[in-house]
Amino acid sequence: MNRLLRLGMLIAAALACGTLASAHAKTAHAASPARYSDAGPEPLLARVFEHIEQNRLAAALQEVEALVKAYPNFHLANLIKGDLLLARSRPIQAFGNIANAPQDKLSDLREEAIARLKAYHEKPPANYVPRYLLQMRPDQDYAIVVDTQRSRLYLYQNEKGTPRFVADYYISHGKLGTDKLREGDKKTPIGVYHVTASLSRQKLSDFYGTGAFPISYPNEWDKRHGRNGHGIWLHGTPSDTFSRPPKASDGCVVLANQDLDALSKNLQIGLTPVIISNSIEWLSLDDWQAERGSLKKQIEQWRSDWESLDVERYLDHYSKKFIGDGMNQAQWSTRKRLVAGGKSWIKLSAENISMLRNPGKDDMVVVTFDQDYRSNNLSNVMKKRQYWQKEDGQWKIVYEGAG
Amino acid sequence: MTARRFPLRATFATLAIAAVASFAPLAQADTLQDISKLLKQGQQAQALERTDKYLATKPKDAQGRFLKGLILTEMNRTPEAIAVFTKLTEDFPELPEPYNNLAVIYAQQKQYDKAKQALEMAIRTHPSYATAHENLGDIYARMASQAYDKALQIDSSNASAQTKLAMIRDLMSASSRPTPGKPVAATAATTAVVAPAAIEIKPVEAKPEAKAEAKPAAVKPVAAPAATPVPAAAPAAAAVAAESKPAPASTSGDIEKTLEAWAAAWSKKNVKVYLAHYAKDFQTPGGEPRATWESERSKRITKPGKIEVNIGNLSVTAEGAERATARFRQNYRSASLKTSSNKVLVLVRQDGKWLIQQERVGK
Repeated sequence: MNRLLRLGMLIAAALACGTLASAHAKTAHAASPARYSDAGPEPLLARVFEHIEQNRLAAALQEVEALVKAYPNFHLANLIKGDLLLARSRPIQAFGNIANAPQDKLSDLREEAIARLKAYHEKPPANYVPRYLLQMRPDQDYAIVVDTQRSRLYLYQNEKGTPRFVADYYISHGKLGTDKLREGDKKTPIGVYHVTASLSRQKLSDFYGTGAFPISYPNEWDKRHGRNGHGIWLHGTPSDTFSRPPKASDGCVVLANQDLDALSKNLQIGLTPVIISNSIEWLSLDDWQAERGSLKKQIEQWRSDWESLDVERYLDHYSKKFIGDGMNQAQWSTRKRLVAGGKSWIKLSAENISMLRNPGKDDMVVVTFDQDYRSNNLSNVMKKRQYWQKEDGQWKIVYEGAG
Repeated sequence: MTARRFPLRATFATLAIAAVASFAPLAQADTLQDISKLLKQGQQAQALERTDKYLATKPKDAQGRFLKGLILTEMNRTPEAIAVFTKLTEDFPELPEPYNNLAVIYAQQKQYDKAKQALEMAIRTHPSYATAHENLGDIYARMASQAYDKALQIDSSNASAQTKLAMIRDLMSASSRPTPGKPVAATAATTAVVAPAAIEIKPVEAKPEAKAEAKPAAVKPVAAPAATPVPAAAPAAAAVAAESKPAPASTSGDIEKTLEAWAAAWSKKNVKVYLAHYAKDFQTPGGEPRATWESERSKRITKPGKIEVNIGNLSVTAEGAERATARFRQNYRSASLKTSSNKVLVLVRQDGKWLIQQERVGK
């Protein structure tokens, strides 16, 4: 019986970190049961490992066989099946017991197992939302939030302004991690993007699976910081592969084909936000309301200050670091003061506001809206994008341009 | 090379057992032995012709059909061989050998799921059937290798796979030879002498490959039967053996009476009385639920036709006053089958009655 126990311990040890939930998530988790959909292989996979940890290897084998049947190209399931079968004929030494196994592939599969189980066991609590989705436009039906550390993509539906969880999927990201900077650095960008196109599978090689959705990397902020490269997509997997290791792509976000197909039904080209983070920050709905309320107020203040014709009050909303339309803050101020001289009245409306927080330490929010500007000598309607950043506790505009 | 991967040796070993089980009068048994000699000499066509002739007069004969299955297997007439062995498993579900050989054929065809199923059936009928366990271990290893190939997207025909096969071949040849020190022939002879006179038992001394069950009963108990081979459990079993003492005369006598009543109930097809001999915590051979096991036993026992069961060469080892192990030769005869096998029963005393807690075939 020793070897059976040993197998259980080996795999349990490999996954030990999988059971350590962050205190934050755990408390909230206990308070309200998660309502997460159990689509995908994780529930079965979790059961397999539960059986292994309890040393019920026959049951584990049965479950893993069901798993392989449901997902024939699921490499991880096949590896576990191999171990469980081999355990019946001889002692098991490690996770993935094949002689001369390519170690990099084994460790990839181990990583995948950990990522999947962790995501399954530490689902975000139901009454929490990603901090990034401060406000979606009314016509933005869905939003995507990616957590690269968890290898997870979360799909949210816009329910009258409140993000409601729909589904989460295992994903792979860049081989060399995140914070993309240069073309070819095999990293996934971190930031607020949106889906810009849909490429059908007929136009793609098998490598991209059932489809691809390019996203808007590099965005205004990326360009300003000299980040380059292009062709960051959400896409599927080759036909002989159910899923790829957590860190596998050249920077793209890769989903299982069935997940991409499910996801693609909800994507609006040019509209659906894709926010990629290293590690999602979750807010309770109360905190989320407070955060969006304070920024919304600032945007409204900016709008009414512009209308007020008091140009200094208006300019006070702009950061010293501001850059927009090729002007820095000083140039922008000069121009605005000049223009203000000729105005007898301004009517400004900002509709369909979306406020999407940029992941990371910057404390920055990407605000997009339909701007309807009327005045005595000029009117125009445009889609506007602003980047608001908190400076000394005050929201300031650091970028402004057409959206 | 494919055909060598699996132990056709094992099939010859089982043939020897089938010979023991045969109803055939001596002359006809010799015929089958002659045929198997022909087969060993590679004269398959001739062997098949004589087997067909033999079966023309005895179409139901298990041994003849088994031999035919072997011949067809060697002739690579695989579908026919599968048909013969499959029919044997249907007609004699209590025989592990046809299941085992079916599994070997399936494994050669890389149909590992089917092979596994067949071996599990073999083990279910005879929990300590060593060959089936070894083959099952091999099947698991092959299935594991298939799964690994898929997992790591590597080719199964690589160098590591080949070394692995060679290792398996070694394992098989080692296991199909008798372990030195096991007085196989002598025990078989003893068995033949002590067995009740009414039953003809052909000694197997001519076949050194005969199953390990011919080991003398007194040596040591085997490890508890398990669904999977668990070599690590053997030392524990040996330790138990060292502590056990020969049973006091009264225990021996009680157990003998109990077992005689058990065999009589079986013979009379009195299922209720038969099942009453099993303890509440009886460990079913395949670990299946008690109800499943009971209904299967009941189905087997109440099959039409006469059954005759008796026991011989009983030896009882007591482990305290409440627990004992009985080893004996069980002679079974029904309309379609005659077998003689070594049985080990672990009995426990509950409310003054000795009840069967474990039952297995073997040493």
